[in-house]
Amino acid sequence: MSNKITTAQIKHIADLASIPISEKEENSLRDAFEETLDVISELQSVDVTGVEPTHQVTGFENVLREDIVNEENMFSQADALKNSKHTYDGYFVVPRIIDEK
Amino acid sequence: MKNKMNHKLTLKQTLDKLKGNELTLDELYSDINQSISEQNKELNVYLTLDEKSLEKAKAAATSPLMGVPIAVKDNYCTKDLRTTASSLVLEDFIPTYESTVSKKLKKAGGVVIGKTNMDAWAHGSSTETSQYGRTLNPRNTDYLPGGSSGGSAAAVAANMCIAALGTETAGSIRQPAAWCGVVGLKPTYGRCSRYGIVAMCSSTDSPGPITKTVEDSAILLNYIAGHDPLEGTTATLEVPDFTKSLDKGVEGMKIGYLYKDLKGLEEIRSIFSEQMEVFKKLGATVDVVDAMDPKHGVSIYTIVQRGEVSSNLGRYDGIRYGNDRSFFGDEAKRRVMLGTYTLSKGYADQYYNTAQKVRTLYIKDYERLFKEYDVLVAPTSPWYAKKIGATEGAAMFGELEDLLIEASSLSGLPGISIPCYKDEKTNLYLGMNIIAPMYREDLVIQVADAYEKATKWNSWRK
Amino acid sequence: MKTDNTNKNKYSLVCGLEIHAELKTNSKLFCGCKNDPFGAEKPNIYTCPTCLGMPGGSPVANKKAIEWTIKVGLALGCKINLFSKFDRKNYFYPDLPKSYQISQYDLPFCYDGVLETSFGPVGITRIHLEEDTGKLLHKTIEKVNSAGREAGLGHGKQVSLIDFNRSSVPLMEIVTEPDIHSAEQAKEYAKEIRKILKYLDVADCDMDQGGMRLEANISLAPIDKNNPSSKLSKLPNYKVEVKNINSFRFMEQAIDFEMGRQAEILNDGKVPTQETRGWNSVKSITFSQRTKEDSEDYRYFPDPDLPPIRYSRENIEAMRAELPELPAQKSKRWATEYGVEERYSKQLISHEIFANWLEESFKICVKEKIEPNKFAGALINKNIRVSHVMSSIIAVEEFKKLSQTDEVADDEIISVITDVISQNNDAVIKFKSGDTKVIGFFIGQTMRKLGKKVDNKKLGELLLNELKK
Repeated sequence: MSNKITTAQIKHIADLASIPISEKEENSLRDAFEETLDVISELQSVDVTGVEPTHQVTGFENVLREDIVNEENMFSQADALKNSKHTYDGYFVVPRIIDEK
Repeated sequence: MKNKMNHKLTLKQTLDKLKGNELTLDELYSDINQSISEQNKELNVYLTLDEKSLEKAKAAATSPLMGVPIAVKDNYCTKDLRTTASSLVLEDFIPTYESTVSKKLKKAGGVVIGKTNMDAWAHGSSTETSQYGRTLNPRNTDYLPGGSSGGSAAAVAANMCIAALGTETAGSIRQPAAWCGVVGLKPTYGRCSRYGIVAMCSSTDSPGPITKTVEDSAILLNYIAGHDPLEGTTATLEVPDFTKSLDKGVEGMKIGYLYKDLKGLEEIRSIFSEQMEVFKKLGATVDVVDAMDPKHGVSIYTIVQRGEVSSNLGRYDGIRYGNDRSFFGDEAKRRVMLGTYTLSKGYADQYYNTAQKVRTLYIKDYERLFKEYDVLVAPTSPWYAKKIGATEGAAMFGELEDLLIEASSLSGLPGISIPCYKDEKTNLYLGMNIIAPMYREDLVIQVADAYEKATKWNSWRK
Repeated sequence: MKTDNTNKNKYSLVCGLEIHAELKTNSKLFCGCKNDPFGAEKPNIYTCPTCLGMPGGSPVANKKAIEWTIKVGLALGCKINLFSKFDRKNYFYPDLPKSYQISQYDLPFCYDGVLETSFGPVGITRIHLEEDTGKLLHKTIEKVNSAGREAGLGHGKQVSLIDFNRSSVPLMEIVTEPDIHSAEQAKEYAKEIRKILKYLDVADCDMDQGGMRLEANISLAPIDKNNPSSKLSKLPNYKVEVKNINSFRFMEQAIDFEMGRQAEILNDGKVPTQETRGWNSVKSITFSQRTKEDSEDYRYFPDPDLPPIRYSRENIEAMRAELPELPAQKSKRWATEYGVEERYSKQLISHEIFANWLEESFKICVKEKIEPNKFAGALINKNIRVSHVMSSIIAVEEFKKLSQTDEVADDEIISVITDVISQNNDAVIKFKSGDTKVIGFFIGQTMRKLGKKVDNKKLGELLLNELKK
């Protein structure tokens, strides 16, 4: 059992995950990936036919809030911005982005 | 000043002494602070200390927890006190809000004396992934304290606090508690609010106490448990008084002994079999039970946790707070990327969806076992604490160390690790893990307390 | 680039719309912060750990937003998923604070509905609920403090500013089948959706502010020359998505523009690129924003922070029972019950409260033997100044005053008419030379002199008699 991952895949995943990586890291990440995938691939041997997935162990349903404004939990503008490195006129600031969304 | 040993008191003893005016907060904090200043440099337990803790303690003197100093893992957001999750991304992050659990602790009169080191983002079982250096095991500094709540467990073991709070995703309270020879209680998922705690694996993260005794865990749990309208997975069930589960014994209880014949546990098997005799002497029945192979737990946990991590750690972009994504350490990068991969197009079914199905099989397996047994016991960890540096080049270190815990964590079950053996040569401990059905922390406490009190003859148990 | 007629005969438009509308709940979708991004006096004043994506923030869903989404679904004839959930849609953008948007992937609240248009039915594929993002403002820095966090921002620096007041505001998305075959139909459909959302009082749909946003998926299919009316056997193998359209007119223009652009490409024997395009309202053209080749991979998975939602059939039926009669149904009924023309009622029905008031007024009209259609006409032409805060009885009174005439004897009128005629010789000459427009002048003069209100028709007749003498 051996899962092969290419550096091209690593680059693509790094891009999807928005993680900047160096060339050296590409290789070490590829090794770690393969090691991990080798371990988790054993799961394919478990028969899960007809088994429902569990996304929530609590079994809770309909945990909803009433439509009420919670003033107490709201930040002041100063608190909202307090930990940001770049602010301007009450806004957070990023270098100009072209709208491509 | 009295005997200057007040830092060694349990939470219960401290509260009793404060109540009986045998101890003042000045004396208590003087001893604790001295213990910290003597050891913190070597052990690297605290990343941040609250300079005003004594002042805050005095203001809380009439509350139930009377201002006792509590060490809190550095992934709880604490208002006006730096919170890093042991990552350089949050190097200078000072929350403007308080996590629900630490808020409850403070409201009850507990004082957050400092924030403890951990594996960065709670990724690991060693504290070696911390970007602020590893913590050392106070029992033997050649060894690791375990993790991810390694700092909190070490703080308790080294008497640098009276009690501590940690968080567990799969082993992160119990494994370091076992390695440091202290008690770690992982409540049922949803018993304590995750609001304001740096999210790692949202579907399993559970805050809980790390203490010197089972009784102390019961006391702390009373104050930190409960429904939180700000967190949709907290249980609305009423929180019982967990101290009522103390001193009840285990007579007539049915205990299932898990993983007895599991490969790799040969060397500690006889030790655990001896502990089962303790339960039998107390009037419980103990049966060796067959459970689903825990190895799938490693796979599921790895897939589910990496997947959720990849999503939960996306918010750290350096725009609203903290540093940008280039500040992530290697372990975080690995986990975020692996999770991205297993959730991505074409792989989600093979990995994530399959994992969630096998998770269902574990839940069913536990349901089956709990039809017959009140609690299940097993070793917390396959071996004693590992030596420093053990994680190098081992991408799956934590997962394999937590092999015996993961399946129950993924099922949301409560559990406690209690010291059950000490190796005199190394001064290192083994922990016993006791698990119970959902919301039955009372059973976990009852059994652990009975065991703890029945083994007082151990020279190391004070 | 205009669609010429040859292309119109060659290709048929295949278009589906995605409409996003912000719901006007008091609080946001997943936290208790105030939902009022347009009314906020300052940026970043309605935020908390959850909607600002701070560590440890956790969502709890707003019940009303969910119920409103289902209500809209029921109004559009949708089926309702009794079991539903929220999923995380993962992508990075500075206005998305958590790096994932909580949305719904495979189990939207509503699916499989329909909205009738005059060009034929438009199938509703799904309606789901998600959270809005923060708002970006592109700016060139003018003046800065030379210290602190503005220090790096030199004069003239190009930046994007982010305001998270809008972050996590409930956003409903209504997706149609590719059933739209003309720009006019797209416009009618979108306007009707807006009307319904406003009528149900769940959204303001303010398009200038971005409270309602349109996206069109546009492609062209060749028309079978031998059988032009035959249905499409299969959908085109490409799709162009035009995003960020903020008016009905722009949507119409964008669709027309795309039809022309795509027809030219198809005429060359090529296939238009599958891509996302934006609308430039200044140049009236669409422009390429992103090709689909760098295919999106949102890594959807169920949000572990949000337990699923389950309704019983009874719950849904109770919601259906509470649903008001919709504008289109009401117009039809009013036509038969009150004889109110649909061209009037369609203009008048804007809001449930106002519609109820109108019907109350019609009932009073019937009692008072006034034609409701005339009352409706007077409202449209603003001949009476009334509003729904006024009681219907008073409104009808107002209308009565307007149409009431005084009892005046014919003799009295005729004597005034003769006076007016004798004093306005020029006008009489004009009338005799065939300029009938002067009648209005005579009517006005007579009315003023008379100082009483008489029936216009009767006055006209008497005037003509006298003028012809």
